[in-house]
Amino acid sequence: MNNIPVIISRLSESFLLNCKIFGITLLFSLPLGLVITFGSMSRFRPLRWLVRTFVWVIRGTPLMLQLIVIYFGPGLMNMAFSWPGGTAGRFVAANVAFIINYACYFSEIFRGGIESIPQGQYEAGQVLGMTKKQIFFKVILLQVIKRIVPPVGNEVITLVKDTSLARIIANKEIIMMAGEYSNNGLIWPLFATGIYFLVFVGVLTILLDWLEKKLGYFRV
Amino acid sequence: MPILEVIEIGKSFGTLQVLQDISFSLEKGETLAIIGSSGSGKTTLLRCLNFLERPDRGKIIVNNEVIFDAANPDTQRESEVRKKRLHFGLVFQNFNLFPQYTVLKNVTLALELLARERPNYKQEKKDILNEIQERAKTLLSQVGLSDKLEFYPHMISGGQQQRVAIARALALEPDILCFDEPTSALDPELTGEVLKVIRNLAERHTTMIIVTHEMDFAREVADRVIFMDDGVIVEQGSPEEVFGNPREERTKQFLTRYTKV
Repeated sequence: MNNIPVIISRLSESFLLNCKIFGITLLFSLPLGLVITFGSMSRFRPLRWLVRTFVWVIRGTPLMLQLIVIYFGPGLMNMAFSWPGGTAGRFVAANVAFIINYACYFSEIFRGGIESIPQGQYEAGQVLGMTKKQIFFKVILLQVIKRIVPPVGNEVITLVKDTSLARIIANKEIIMMAGEYSNNGLIWPLFATGIYFLVFVGVLTILLDWLEKKLGYFRV
Repeated sequence: MPILEVIEIGKSFGTLQVLQDISFSLEKGETLAIIGSSGSGKTTLLRCLNFLERPDRGKIIVNNEVIFDAANPDTQRESEVRKKRLHFGLVFQNFNLFPQYTVLKNVTLALELLARERPNYKQEKKDILNEIQERAKTLLSQVGLSDKLEFYPHMISGGQQQRVAIARALALEPDILCFDEPTSALDPELTGEVLKVIRNLAERHTTMIIVTHEMDFAREVADRVIFMDDGVIVEQGSPEEVFGNPREERTKQFLTRYTKV
């Protein structure tokens, strides 16, 4: 089992799981985050407080705990719902936990971004006869996006590394895979996992820089 | 027949009464200057005319049509407010240009969005958009910015930004163009270029309401002047009357304070 190419290929294979969780989480948590933002900014007070309490709970408890609760909770509470058996169930449950968790963080970033746009921008749109929808999509949105690229980028980079928490509910991602070797006295695979994360984050950083430059043509 | 009649407008924020019994009228082609110290309600009055604030009392009549009546909720429906707003244009103190659009696009954007509501938009889209471009270019050359069409707002000076804002407001051809302290956010050396544009508009008999602290300018350009203090109109009349021979004690005090500074 000390065959280096075999170990590397097994590490790479398990890192694919990290990548999948990363991609799926991002895909769903960004739009869900926007929905949560609208909820937390709603003028209907009960909805606003409900949503803000939910965000508080999610941001106020460890993601690791959320993974456990989401995966084992339905069974322990004798709920009618249960996750599919085996790997598939663990994978879906992990994604659900990640999506909810990251959507809450994103929603707060979005809210900050939307609230940071000066009232004058809305008013300028209003006196020019634009509808609320037009003001949001034609005037406000791009300014918000420009403002939130750095903090969202931060979260996205955190997500890359957080994906390894999925091992808590026995998703065989890269750290768990490397851990099996270190338990048997072979430590370098565990160190090697760092390189995977570093490379991934490096590529992301380049992408985020590119996006920031792309939006650099105007100032807010 | 006046183009604008404001009848007994009143507005409070909580217990603070910011406007009280404001009545005046404006003839087509006239320029009205509103002067007064900070907190006198001038800006709130302009914001009421532009439906950015909702008056608690009173009526606003444009071209003989009651566009707002505090006693009649039918005149306050959100869907109609958007259309009624277009009777008025508003140039803000802080310009409020859209930073992500070029100078030209700032002027055309609202026109393009409104054009989508025309029944013939789909068939004649190209012609309509061309026409909007041309109109915007004409307006921008009127305010002396033909060479800045493709610039973004952060690339031009405050005075130039304000001139873009004026062109943007003019593009919608409002019946009445309102200015909310248009030079207050500008460095002194930049106010001249903006005032020149407004003076030009006055000479072309654009109907305007200008809230300003530039007394000399108000005196020179306005056909009529309103002096406000503490949410009420203290005095109104021709510039000669209000500036040259004010009747009210409060007006006199205000003017001496201002000419001293």
